[in-house]
Amino acid sequence: MYASTDSISLPDVTPELRQQLFSYVLQLADTSLILAHRISEWCGHGPVLEQDLAMANISLDLLGEARSYYQYAAELEGQGRTEDDLAYLRPAVEYRNPLLVEQPNGDFAHTILRQFLYDCFHYHLLVQLQAGPDRHLAAIAEKSVKEAAYHIKWSSEWVIRLGDGTDESRRRLEKAIGSLWRYRGELTTPTTTEQTLQAAGFVPDYAAIQQQIDAHVARVFEEATLPVPQGVFMQKGGKDGRHSEHLGYLLAELQYMQRAYPGMKW
Amino acid sequence: METLEVNLEEQFQTRIDADVRIEPKDWMPDAYRKTLIRQISQHAHSELVGMLPEGNWITRAPSLKRKAILLAKVQDEAGHGLYLYSAAETLGATRDQMLADLHSGKAKYSSIFNYPTLSWADMGTIGWLVDGAAILNQVPLCRTSYGPYARAMVRVCKEESFHQRQGFEIMQTLCEGAPEQKQMAQDALNRWWWPTLMMFGPKDADSPNTEQSMKWRIKRFTNDELRQKFVDMMVPQAEFLGLTVPDPELKWNEAKQGYDFGDVNWQEFWDVVKGNGPCNHERLQARVDAWEDGAWVREAALAHAEKRKQRAGTAAA
Repeated sequence: MYASTDSISLPDVTPELRQQLFSYVLQLADTSLILAHRISEWCGHGPVLEQDLAMANISLDLLGEARSYYQYAAELEGQGRTEDDLAYLRPAVEYRNPLLVEQPNGDFAHTILRQFLYDCFHYHLLVQLQAGPDRHLAAIAEKSVKEAAYHIKWSSEWVIRLGDGTDESRRRLEKAIGSLWRYRGELTTPTTTEQTLQAAGFVPDYAAIQQQIDAHVARVFEEATLPVPQGVFMQKGGKDGRHSEHLGYLLAELQYMQRAYPGMKW
Repeated sequence: METLEVNLEEQFQTRIDADVRIEPKDWMPDAYRKTLIRQISQHAHSELVGMLPEGNWITRAPSLKRKAILLAKVQDEAGHGLYLYSAAETLGATRDQMLADLHSGKAKYSSIFNYPTLSWADMGTIGWLVDGAAILNQVPLCRTSYGPYARAMVRVCKEESFHQRQGFEIMQTLCEGAPEQKQMAQDALNRWWWPTLMMFGPKDADSPNTEQSMKWRIKRFTNDELRQKFVDMMVPQAEFLGLTVPDPELKWNEAKQGYDFGDVNWQEFWDVVKGNGPCNHERLQARVDAWEDGAWVREAALAHAEKRKQRAGTAAA
């Protein structure tokens, strides 16, 4: 899977590669944080208490994962910035999350499908990253993959329930597929940074991950009695900082306190 | 028949007096069962509604660490709701019925959640004061006469004391911070102090259920006893933080070794109880909306489970 399986200790990598790795870890961090933020918006408003609990749990997992990445990114950068500086004090154009995770919650079907599409990628990525040469990243992946395994199970089961539930749940899920499928491709379309890191062996090959994702999606959609959409045009840009209109509002809320009261301890 | 009932009731009270726990299958007076269902479901509803005012600040928490702690705290509250509903179910209540009573306004929840959370300092104050008051109310319930309730409360109390510590820590950080932060903390205390004192319920003289509940050991202290305990506990903490308790009548009483304090605004208390607090409408509406908007999800889950069952049946046949 990796171009190189040698164990690389970070002080030995070139400054250029270190910079690329910083950007990539930041991308992972932003992705987890933005999705954690979206799911946390459900808190107290879920369709049933058990699912409120499940969504708070997933949000908390993603937030914990985001914090690990931000802390590591700060270390890679070595400029004295903290996890909070990175999360709270960068403008939207510097955020590197894919478009999918910043999409608004919509109804429960919309949230479930967004989660499912992300979980498929997230889980298979972490499986690979935990065997990667960057031991710090591997350790974060090793911890997070256990959580991601639960997330993908949870969202897959809900896709099946909603697809093969009532006419209404199926209609709502189909509507979500219509809105969100086009953001799926960006996850496995490597940016220049990702290509560089793939060549250096730090980031796994996305074509192989895509195959695993497709196989999982096919199984789940079959059980959900849903056709897998074909030939959908894929949007991208988030990972390069070109976001949808939604991210600005999300960050205005997320960063409110740090922007209104700069430089204080909380 | 009547004699038998009397004997059962006597035996029941004897067990209570000997501090023997009552379990779901034991005989119990109807009024005991009803009082407990009312109290436990009210407590469960409070956890559920209590997720809203704090949930209001999750997306705006000022640091990632605070965000994680707050999210975990609200998640704990959902968990408390779940096991309290389960405890009430052991008495024959159903969760659907309890929720229907909440949504119709028949069942109550703690009035404190009908106040708005207006600044980050409110997250500190809720943890410090509101959870502090809740702990005083709840610790005695770990020894309450009904087994499943008492056991649920042991778990709840453990988590609540963690919540209170994190609340105090937020306040401490604010009070040691910039002037704007300290002002934020003082403003929050000003708004939450009196509503927190109301959490202990009406004065003993106006609390008709207290005597019977004490006899059944569902309740172990009176409202006024707990309120006094709370004031005695919190005033030194406020002083430690350098905050001023918004009560001009607050004064140490050497003779009673406790504080004298001003009277709660009972008109406001009853207004909020009757549904006229600043957020009663929003809180209840949010719960009703969540329930109604989620109906199709619950129906889909049931329909899918039914389809699976039928397919399994067909496969077996």
